[in-house]
Amino acid sequence: MRLRMLLVVALLALASVVHAQAIEPMPFANHTQELRFQQLTAQLRCPMCQNETLADSNAPIARDLRNQIFQLMQQGKSDEEIKQYLVARYSDYVLYDPPLKPGTALLWFGPLLILLCGAGVVLMAIRKRSRAGIAAELPADSGPTDNGDDW
Amino acid sequence: MSRMFPFFAFVLLVALFGFGIWWNTQHDPQAIPSPLLNKPAPAFVLPKLYEPTVTVSKSDLLGKPYLLNVFASWCIECGVEHPVLQAEAPTLGVLLVGYDYKDAPDDAKRWLAEHGNPYSVLIADLPGQTAIDFGVYGAPESFLIDSKGVIRYKHIGPMTADVVATELKPAIAALQKESP
Repeated sequence: MRLRMLLVVALLALASVVHAQAIEPMPFANHTQELRFQQLTAQLRCPMCQNETLADSNAPIARDLRNQIFQLMQQGKSDEEIKQYLVARYSDYVLYDPPLKPGTALLWFGPLLILLCGAGVVLMAIRKRSRAGIAAELPADSGPTDNGDDW
Repeated sequence: MSRMFPFFAFVLLVALFGFGIWWNTQHDPQAIPSPLLNKPAPAFVLPKLYEPTVTVSKSDLLGKPYLLNVFASWCIECGVEHPVLQAEAPTLGVLLVGYDYKDAPDDAKRWLAEHGNPYSVLIADLPGQTAIDFGVYGAPESFLIDSKGVIRYKHIGPMTADVVATELKPAIAALQKESP
C-alpha cells in the first residue's frame, strides 16, 4: 500500500515536470491576458513549419515570436498592432485569415466561382431534360427516348 | 456533345494537376516572399563575433552594398551553402557580411575554423531579436543591401552556384549600374 502511494506521488511529480517543460510559463499580468495571448497565437501561422500555429509550434522561431508577442502585449499593444508588426516582417503569410485584396481575390471568390460553374452545369442539364420530356410526351407511342443523359 | 463533357472535365482536372506539379517545381513552397524587399533594412546594432565588445550598426555599413548572409553552426543547410560562399565571395564585388544567428559564439568559431571563413565582417545575434526585424525565420537566408541601406534582393535557403549566377550576380550588377 505504501509502495503504491509512493508510486502515485512519483508519477505525479514526473507529470508536473513534463508539463512545465511543454508550456514554458510566461509571467502574464492576469488570466485575461493569458487567454488573449492564447487566442492570438492560435490565429497566427509559424513561418518555419507552415502547417502549425504559433501557439502549437515548437520551432525556435515560433518560440522567439511568442516571446516577442508577449513583450508587445506587456507594452500595451493591441491584437491588431501585434498582427501588423508580424505582417510587416513576415508578410500576410503569418495570418491564417488572409485579408481581401487583389492578390487574394481568387482565394476568396474561387469557391463561389466553382459553385456558379456547377450551378450552370446543373441548370443546363435540367433544361435539356425538361425539353426532352416535352418532346417525349408529344409522340406518345415512340417509347423511351435517348436524351443523352446516359452518363 | 454532352457525352464528351465528362472527358473535357477530366482533361481540365489533369491540366490543373499538371500545373500544380509544375508550379511547385518552379518555386520553393517553403519560401515566404519578404515584405521588406525594396524597403530600408531595419536598424541594428550587433556585436562582432570575434570581438564581442565592438558593435557594428546599420549606419556603419552604409555607403557600400553588401550581402548579409544569415548562418549558424547548427544549421545543416549552411554547410551545403558554405563551399559556394567560399568560392564566390572574392568575385561577388560586394562585401560579404556574416550574420551568426542564435548560435553559441564558441560553436560558431569552431564551425568557421573547420569550414573556413569567407566573411569580411562577422556579427552575432545570439538572442535572435534583430533577426525578427529582418523577417528571418531560419537559416540560411541572404539579403543584398545597397549602399543606401535598402534591401534589394533576398534569398531563402542555401545559395547554390546556380542561384548565384542567375539571381545574385544580376542583382549586384543592377546595383553597380546605378552607382558606378
